[in-house]
Amino acid sequence: MKKLVANSSKCTGCGACEIACSKAFYKEENREKSAIRVTANDGGYNISVCDQCGDCIWMCSAVALSQAPNGVVRLNKKSCVGCLICVGECLRNFFFYNNDLPTPFKCSACGICAKACPADALSISE
Amino acid sequence: MPENVLKVETEYSDHIPSREEIAAMKAKHRVLATYSYEPSTIERGYNSRSLYISVGGDYDTSEQDPLTSSAKGDNGVVIGEKAVTDLMKDKFTGGKGFDLYHLWKSVKEDTHWNAPENNVVISPGPLAGITQYAGTGKSIVCSISPLTGLPFDSNVGGFFGPFLKFSGFDALELQGKSDEELIIFIDGNAHTISVETAPDESIDSHILCEQLTEMYAENEADKMNISVVASGRAAEHSYIGCLNFSFFDKRRNCVRIKQAGRGGIGAVFRHKKIKAVVARYRGVHGDSNNPVNKKLINDAGVRFHKQMAQLDTKQNNMRKIGTANIIEVMDRYDLLPTHNFQYGAHPETPKISSKVYIEKYVTQNVPDGCWYGCSMSCAKAADNFELRTGAYKGSKVCVDGPEYENAGGLGSNVGCFDPHWILEANFYCDTYGVDTISHGTMTAFAQECYQRGLYNLDDTEGLDMRWGNGYALNELMHQMVAGDGFGVIVGKGVRQQKRIFAERFGKVAPEYEHMLEGQAWQSVEEPIIDKPIPTAHFNKHLVDCEALKDFGYDDEKVLNEIKGTSLENAGANNDSAFIAHPKRWEKIPGIPTISREEIADWPAGKPYYSDDPVCPYTNGRPWVKMTPEQVAEMEEFGMENKGLEYSEYLMKESLAQQGGYALCNKGPQHDEAWLIFMDMVNNQIPTFEDKAEALHYFPMFRTWFGLLGLCKLPWNDVTPVNNKNEAEPHKFPEHVQNYFDIYEGVTGFKHNEASMVRQSERVYTFQRVFILRMGSGMREHDMPPTRSLGPISAREYLSREERYDEQLLEKIGVNPADMSTEKKIEVIMDYRKDQFRQLVDAVYKRRGWTPNGIVKLEKLIELEMDLPELVRIVRPHLKAEGYWPSGTEFAKYDSM
Repeated sequence: MKKLVANSSKCTGCGACEIACSKAFYKEENREKSAIRVTANDGGYNISVCDQCGDCIWMCSAVALSQAPNGVVRLNKKSCVGCLICVGECLRNFFFYNNDLPTPFKCSACGICAKACPADALSISE
Repeated sequence: MPENVLKVETEYSDHIPSREEIAAMKAKHRVLATYSYEPSTIERGYNSRSLYISVGGDYDTSEQDPLTSSAKGDNGVVIGEKAVTDLMKDKFTGGKGFDLYHLWKSVKEDTHWNAPENNVVISPGPLAGITQYAGTGKSIVCSISPLTGLPFDSNVGGFFGPFLKFSGFDALELQGKSDEELIIFIDGNAHTISVETAPDESIDSHILCEQLTEMYAENEADKMNISVVASGRAAEHSYIGCLNFSFFDKRRNCVRIKQAGRGGIGAVFRHKKIKAVVARYRGVHGDSNNPVNKKLINDAGVRFHKQMAQLDTKQNNMRKIGTANIIEVMDRYDLLPTHNFQYGAHPETPKISSKVYIEKYVTQNVPDGCWYGCSMSCAKAADNFELRTGAYKGSKVCVDGPEYENAGGLGSNVGCFDPHWILEANFYCDTYGVDTISHGTMTAFAQECYQRGLYNLDDTEGLDMRWGNGYALNELMHQMVAGDGFGVIVGKGVRQQKRIFAERFGKVAPEYEHMLEGQAWQSVEEPIIDKPIPTAHFNKHLVDCEALKDFGYDDEKVLNEIKGTSLENAGANNDSAFIAHPKRWEKIPGIPTISREEIADWPAGKPYYSDDPVCPYTNGRPWVKMTPEQVAEMEEFGMENKGLEYSEYLMKESLAQQGGYALCNKGPQHDEAWLIFMDMVNNQIPTFEDKAEALHYFPMFRTWFGLLGLCKLPWNDVTPVNNKNEAEPHKFPEHVQNYFDIYEGVTGFKHNEASMVRQSERVYTFQRVFILRMGSGMREHDMPPTRSLGPISAREYLSREERYDEQLLEKIGVNPADMSTEKKIEVIMDYRKDQFRQLVDAVYKRRGWTPNGIVKLEKLIELEMDLPELVRIVRPHLKAEGYWPSGTEFAKYDSM
């Protein structure tokens, strides 16, 4: 299964991953539009990112979520009606929404953030 | 976490039409009128215009708001637009408010349900159509009801309301009467409307909705953008017609339907010869409602979605079984109406419990929202359900439900404890277009009349009216479709049944027997009276049911338990709807035919013939009027008020709920107030004033859902973790705040409890004056049938003797030790009737009404609802009752 693997212990909290993600998908440097989030946590950092578990899929009211053969959970933005059930369904808060955007978003395991990470805290696992 | 189901395996190919069939049907359409309109932008929840369609006929429209533009077509069809004014938004809000506003202007004081000017108005409300919060796709439908003769509102899910709104209209009026079968098609993307003849399509909803979805969708993906409003064939011969609102279920690859069940609006729809209204709208997204502040809506939506994800499996299991989760809970609290509201529980309830439905019937792991974004997802369905009776016998179908009310109405209340028959009846009610709740309550009444010997097998033409015969329960509906048989009488509702039974089903008095010219009055033997048939019988399809084992259910044990009790001689275990086959009667020459006007003075017991436009069906036997005693007996247990059948909760032990039902503007439906737990279980509203306050706040709060296009269920069918720490936990303040947030998000207006209640109270008060205008709305009309107040028979009393004896001692202060059961019933019922009287006094006072239930002028002024047309209705009543205010500031209202 393809997914992004985060090693929070290596994270320096620089936020480069967040910037790279929002730039890649929404053409702006805005961590609120990033599908990976870094938060300070007990002197270190915690990285929140989708592990492609698929628990969100069953509740999608527009049948816009599906798991690709490589394991990545994908949102079909054309079918999505922006109900945000998926955001609620992900109890680990790996599914995000932004009020400027018509549809919610999540990590698609593209690896752009991993390339941007200077601390080697992120990698793609196949 | 459930597995990810993207497809449900279904076997519905036999009723999904081929492209060739669809093309042939469409080729038969003749377009009567078309209309093109300009697209609009929704501002603060409103398009600021509504759609008006007359399907033909001659009637007065002079009191209605003018059409701002229109097109006339063939057969008298008119399509046009009306402005939604600031006054409408301010005083009527939307949804039910807009419906009643248009309905008032369409009808006159003497308008009957089947007059062409009667209007079926559908409005989704300003919040309807947002996708981020649960339960936001509701439409509210209003019309003059055939059951009550009064304005009636019924709410419904499905995609039609949001599609209508996104197509550009805040409401849809359907007026007039057509001579030909019609379909109305609203294309919200092309901005066109057409009215077309449709001779070949089915009338039954599960077929028709598939046909029209196939016909109007451009391709497979487009099916999700089609919603159909339809009814069914039973709506044509009954007064309990419902409207089905469809949506396409992509996972099941079939069309689902939700019901505007109550009040018989489907009968109005079919009387107008409208087969269907179809809306198509492609492009729903999170901004379709053009909200002022999307953040408020998104945040509230996600908060709620998370609660559902975290709490539902620990609380109500709405996602697994919907409202049916409470079947066994109601039984446990003695609230599950059983055998026509005689009892509140039954030993066989485990067989129809939610756990059995989950295990055996209802498809799991599928989100069943009836509009996008409903994380409560309670619109469950039983898939691949094979029918045993009727026109679709052998077909595998998708049954919407069972809802709790269906299990109560089609199950326990009619003595049917077989989950299959409840689902079969549920399916046929929906596709034939009848209301499951009224059907259940009116059947239970007919069954009790039969079992009391008020009529016999000749009257039912052999139909088995004992408790629990599933074949017979479904046969009643098949007869409604045919327009022939005893089911046609039953389908007219409890109020009409009482009248029809009283006119036709009396016994011939000895002095008139010679008029029968030697024919035996009763041609078949009665097998029921004094011949007990054990009710419990294990259903073969439940033999391996794990849920029943969990309940410890044992058929033999139940049989022994009920031996000697009133439940023993109840219940049929037949494999046929009929237990006799009497012949239809030839006319007897010596018996006179009289006019309807003469019936009133005709002696009881003397045979006659007459006609009955409400129910032309007769088996040919001469009619005989019942005795006054028999008529009075039926009044005691005929569970209707204002002409509407009671919904499926036993209210005997909750005074507040007795009021919640009987004081309801449209008739006894619990959507104004459900106070049983607050009142009976938790004792949170002990005084009359407490109860009156609850019977003010909750009807207003619940009216608010109907104004805005919201579903009530997400309000309190999941409980926030911190709810118990709130000052007023019964109001679910966190969820109320969510509603205020999404209201502000859509409209920009920040609500609080007072402004919310005021907004509702305007429409609620308007509806009260409206029913007064139509000849109801006074104290006498708010009086319930005696059984709703307590035990009316020894059977009922003795079944809960300990409870009632304790009440005699502790509440009334009399010692039951030396009293006969009859005396105990008399004393306890006198006490309860007095309690109810005091409750009505307190509620009227709290609502600003006179002791006769008339809205005071001061109340209208306070609510800024002192509209001339309302003042003119209440004025003569207030003057007669001595409540017309005298100060000079009121002088202008004298000449309005």
